[in-house]
Amino acid sequence: MEGATKAPEEISKLVNIAREIRRTSLRTIHRAGSGHPGGSLSAADILTDLFFGGVMKYDPQNPNDPDRDRFLLSKGHASALYFTILAKAGFFPEKELESYRKINSPLFLSGHAHPKTPGVEIASGSLGQGLSVAHGIALGARLDNRNYKVFVVLGDGELQEGQIWEAAMSAVKFKSTNLTAIVDFNKVCQDNLTKDLKDLEPLEDKWRAFGWDTYRIDGHNMQEIHHTLKIPPHAEKPRVIIADTIKGKGVSFMEGQPGWHGVAPSDEELAKALKELE
Amino acid sequence: MKDGATRDGYGVALVELGASNPDVVVLDSGVSDSSRTKPFGQKYPERFFNMGISEGDMVCTAAGLATTGKIPFATTFACFLLGRSMDQILVSVAYSNTNVKLAGTHTGIAVGEDGPSAQMIVDIAYTRAIPNMIVIQPGDWEEARQATHALANYKGPAYLRLGRAKLKALYDKSHKFEIGKGHVLKKGRDVVIFATGCLLQESLKAMEDLQNENISPTLVNISTIKPIDSALIVKLAQEHGAVITAEDHNKFGGLGDAVGDVLLENNIHVPFKKIAVKDQFAETGTAAQLFEKYGLSANHVAKAVKEILQQKNS
Repeated sequence: MEGATKAPEEISKLVNIAREIRRTSLRTIHRAGSGHPGGSLSAADILTDLFFGGVMKYDPQNPNDPDRDRFLLSKGHASALYFTILAKAGFFPEKELESYRKINSPLFLSGHAHPKTPGVEIASGSLGQGLSVAHGIALGARLDNRNYKVFVVLGDGELQEGQIWEAAMSAVKFKSTNLTAIVDFNKVCQDNLTKDLKDLEPLEDKWRAFGWDTYRIDGHNMQEIHHTLKIPPHAEKPRVIIADTIKGKGVSFMEGQPGWHGVAPSDEELAKALKELE
Repeated sequence: MKDGATRDGYGVALVELGASNPDVVVLDSGVSDSSRTKPFGQKYPERFFNMGISEGDMVCTAAGLATTGKIPFATTFACFLLGRSMDQILVSVAYSNTNVKLAGTHTGIAVGEDGPSAQMIVDIAYTRAIPNMIVIQPGDWEEARQATHALANYKGPAYLRLGRAKLKALYDKSHKFEIGKGHVLKKGRDVVIFATGCLLQESLKAMEDLQNENISPTLVNISTIKPIDSALIVKLAQEHGAVITAEDHNKFGGLGDAVGDVLLENNIHVPFKKIAVKDQFAETGTAAQLFEKYGLSANHVAKAVKEILQQKNS
């Protein structure tokens, strides 16, 4: 199936937005003094296209619009990225990011997202739950005869959770074609390389064997991301897009390093990172 | 008046709700025969989701459905509903405050022959401890039917504790179950028994026997364990001066602790006894045999009443 392609200038606009998103995410983590830079940087291009590439339909003035497309971040620790995206998309002012991970945060910008924050559908923080929740929303759309789509971003590490595969079976059973899972396959977990914890490969074969319409893309190639996200839904299968990414993408000293899973950059490190992201 | 298991009253209520409330949906983890969700599934197949044996997936799918305005009843054996899905319940249901109803069947040692791995005796403790969660255990078929309707109208996470055992009817259709309200089943004197679920039946049997000795306790059905009817408990504890709690659940974290909390927080210091499983796993056997051996039968209730009266009068 063919998706849409964008003109080069449109793509370079998105690339610039993604760079800005990375910069703001890092500043937000730095200001908080804690957070998860590696997995925020790896998923930045995917979320940028979802929200700013014309993939998802949403109205920040009406965050509970019943016809909105739904987005879930199952790898909830990438909350700095999530909130940066929501702020840029207009769900709340960017200034609110200053309260990220701070007590009495007016919009509840917690270490892991919660639906008290405009634009957030469900709480996260325990890995492996997001695909099931997203599928429940997809079933709700069908019951209500609504055409919205449900997108959920999964981490590669959380594919080690059994519940992901329970949900994978469920979505196929119920032919939930309005559901798209995107795996941010950045190859690195908190402890170690993903493959050294539990190897996921051959990952496409696994999803295909479970009955999913399976794609594998370069998760930092904006044209490829956009093209694949715009492919019309499969006639009877849910879709998974395995996006090969680099943990810490865009900051040379963070790339591929488990050490940058859950550590805030120092003042010098932030300055260096922002320089690389100019 | 209808005799029957609380799971049966639940199943009947679901079918009634299918007709009256288009937002009600039902999920099951592959035990719809036993959990009594099957009739709903047959009548409303588009609103019934049998998720297979994957309780965590079921609970989170229910949470997703709830975010779209549905009222999901996620149902399976209590052991697996809570044992398998505590993390999912904490994050996707309670913390997210999604409108999910968790219905756990096959509770307590009354489950019998299937043995301790199928006898859920810690579920009240689990669910009482969760913020945003209310906990209800109906006393008979009719109350189970009414409680299910009440939960469909209540907005927020709830745990409905159901049983397999057939119970004698306590109520007819004129009963008005209300979330958060205890109900005085028999007004007596000297000692008040706060009981829940099938221990109401054992208490009633015990009270028949005690009648011969001219002892007539007050019996109260505590069907909402959280939020508990503190006002009623305080009033009756003060009036009677001796309190017994009775439940088919472990002695820690259940009704006994809930009532004890109310007494302590209100500075009511009266003789107090818990009838509950004594912090042990039971074994296989019939429900009646297990109740006798593990301290939950009418005989044990009667014994506790006599002991507490002695304590009170000494």
